[in-house]
Amino acid sequence: MKEFNMVVIGVGGQGILTMMRIIAEAALKQGYDVKTSELHGLAQRGGSVPCHIRFGKKMHSPLVMEGEAHLIIGLEPLEALRACYFGSRENRTTFLVNNYKIIPISVPILKEKYPPLNKIFENLKHFSSKVIVINASETVKKEIGSIIPTNIYMLGYAISLGLIPLKRGFVLKGIEEIIPEKYLDLNKRVFELGELRAHSIDQEKLQVWSSD
Amino acid sequence: MGKKLLSDKKGKKIILMGNEAIVRGALESGIGFASTYPGTPSSEIGDTFSEVARDARIYFEYSTNEKVALEAAAGACFSGVRSMVSMKHFGINVAADSLMPLAFVGTNAGMVVVVADDPNCWSSAQSEQDTRYYARLGHIPMLEPSSPQECKEFVKIAFDLSEKFKIPVFIRLTTRVSHGRGIVKLGNIKKGKTKGFFKKDMKKFNNLPPHTMIMHEEVLQKIEKIRQISERTKLNFIINPRVKSKLGIVVSGVSYGYVMDAMDDLNIKMPVLKLSLTYPLPEKKIKNFIKKFKSVLVVEELEPILEENIHKLSKNVNPKLRIFGKDYLPKSGEYDEEIVISAIEKITGKRLKMSLEYHSRKYKELKIPKRPPVLCPGCPHRATFWAAKVGAGTNTIFGGDVGCYILGMLPPYNTQDFMFSMGASEGVVHGIKKSTYQKAIAFIGDSTFFHAGMPGLVNTVFNKSNPLIIVLDNRITAMTGHQPHPGVGWTGMKEMTKEIAIEDIAKACKVKYVEVVDPFNTKKMIKTIRQFIRKNEVSVIVAKRECRLLTIRKMRKDGVKIPRFEINQKKCKKCGLCLYHFGCPAIYQDGDKYMIDKNLCTGCGVCAQVCPSKAIRAIGIRKVEKK
Repeated sequence: MKEFNMVVIGVGGQGILTMMRIIAEAALKQGYDVKTSELHGLAQRGGSVPCHIRFGKKMHSPLVMEGEAHLIIGLEPLEALRACYFGSRENRTTFLVNNYKIIPISVPILKEKYPPLNKIFENLKHFSSKVIVINASETVKKEIGSIIPTNIYMLGYAISLGLIPLKRGFVLKGIEEIIPEKYLDLNKRVFELGELRAHSIDQEKLQVWSSD
Repeated sequence: MGKKLLSDKKGKKIILMGNEAIVRGALESGIGFASTYPGTPSSEIGDTFSEVARDARIYFEYSTNEKVALEAAAGACFSGVRSMVSMKHFGINVAADSLMPLAFVGTNAGMVVVVADDPNCWSSAQSEQDTRYYARLGHIPMLEPSSPQECKEFVKIAFDLSEKFKIPVFIRLTTRVSHGRGIVKLGNIKKGKTKGFFKKDMKKFNNLPPHTMIMHEEVLQKIEKIRQISERTKLNFIINPRVKSKLGIVVSGVSYGYVMDAMDDLNIKMPVLKLSLTYPLPEKKIKNFIKKFKSVLVVEELEPILEENIHKLSKNVNPKLRIFGKDYLPKSGEYDEEIVISAIEKITGKRLKMSLEYHSRKYKELKIPKRPPVLCPGCPHRATFWAAKVGAGTNTIFGGDVGCYILGMLPPYNTQDFMFSMGASEGVVHGIKKSTYQKAIAFIGDSTFFHAGMPGLVNTVFNKSNPLIIVLDNRITAMTGHQPHPGVGWTGMKEMTKEIAIEDIAKACKVKYVEVVDPFNTKKMIKTIRQFIRKNEVSVIVAKRECRLLTIRKMRKDGVKIPRFEINQKKCKKCGLCLYHFGCPAIYQDGDKYMIDKNLCTGCGVCAQVCPSKAIRAIGIRKVEKK
């Protein structure tokens, strides 16, 4: 593998930076060069937060180029749509999207329209070769009682499906490094739950579409 | 991060953010004193120092503003202690008054000034200032790292340069360098001096004419000597020096990565001159580089500083040289690989496999609704804004300042009629009051008040003005990531200190009408604003209530339960005031019903006070979600 480009996107507060940091640590442990980019300050107050992660033999820029993402993880459908700029058919992008809407303030106040979910997922197809939509937040809330670790659930899901070319053991070490000890057990459990669900045939996968 | 950053295993590779790497570089340089005023994208430099200072046995402080921070760092370096001061681009404007003469006076121990610019205004409002001009204005050498590893290394070089030539040295970052992470190979941590001795030297530390002119000559000589280093240093290097090409590229800062990736993706190789010590420029090295090409492309974000210099330098060595720069690349906003590729495509005719133009067009057709940042659920500023509109009327002029509350500019709040710099709310509102018969309120944050608001307040009293000043005291510097300020009672060293109350300052400044009001008590806030707005002399309300993010964090830690609020659908008259006028992001509309998202609600209860139908109420107590 020469390089792997991914974008993690969601709304400020969804644990996007945490997921990014875990992946970066795992990539370092697997012997790759890593570059990431994140945003702080104004962008974080309930705004859109896109994170770039690139790893491979030798990385120069921290930013994923337009159309060059291999994987886009969207913790919110509208944000996944916003990030489809980084996806393309040509580069066989995969989307992993959490089916959990967070309505932006622009909808009530500026009278903008939140597109229907099926329309969003339909549009993602034009910028990818695979779209996987899962009820991550719903499952995590049901199992754990809180939606907070949705990010870790989706990470487990992605690793289990082989969407990120990183070994499970390194990712777990990454989790140990980044997550505070107090919450470590819970997060490991959520990670495993994600892994498990990725392979169980149930209603978990809302929608899977593949161009193949 | 703190522990990891202090690890002393030379050669170990760890992932660091650019800002963290700056701190590691300082620790490897034997720093003894660090200061800052928080400003994103530079904020994590101070935060990291604050985390490690005690264990690293160095001194760190959050100063009241950038000018004081710079002066403090100067005092330390005068006394023989290596010092670093960090700030965002506008911070330099505040500090410039002391920085410009400091370059003339010079330093004793090494002193490094770290400044983080923000192309694209990702984390700041105000303007897209290019701080590289300050290097030229003040004769201050400047280094521009493009990766975390370079951040660390360049700090060490900057300290040595500063100490050798007795001159402050700039490290200039941009958002993508500050907030980019990458692998950093560690060196040894060096224990530096934390206590020195200030040796009196009237001639050295005073710039008084005619001595100032001598100092000017001296600083110009220093710069010429450093230029020799700039010519020789490996920091200014050439990639692909032997590749035959009609086009060469000159690049600095983060754009270096974009150029390297662009060449990779376009499958071409060209000689690239990467400049890292960008002031003083290595003129000979540049001349040697540009003389062999038909054309060069200059890739630098914001102003055409390198480009203009290359124009000048090409006159002798290659007068026919075609220089592509801001005619092919934008002057505003940040760069990325796409922008660099499109410039190279236009110049060379070489094409990327994928059509970016088609792809971008397809993306633009999507028309995705915006997700602007909002005041958090439970933010006390929202409650104050609401009370101000009710108490003073929407025809009041609302002066804005710098902090989270700049979001008051957006609908539905509409409580910021102007905003441009730290502390400006008071000065401008004072001018408006003197020039009109309109009502006016200046909104200013607590940290901003200490930073630049005190002279404005004194001026209103001194010059017999009568605005209402509302200090939004949320007990922290919230926007930049919760740093302490003089009003909170603890320091950057995490030590207890005296708590300076804003209301005491106002009273000491002879403000007659001063009141501390809890913004969550909307009734009292509205009443006080209604009274004060009519006063014929200046009045101050300190709207005191902790940032909700902090409160919730503390409650979670202590396992305290937060009340949950819900809308009683039977009582709700569907007026929409809570959503469309009060504007809490935890409230949403589902069909014709108004609902509260219990995952987002932080239980402040202000909506219940605002609701005209009394339809919102706390229902029982919910257990706080634990991660």
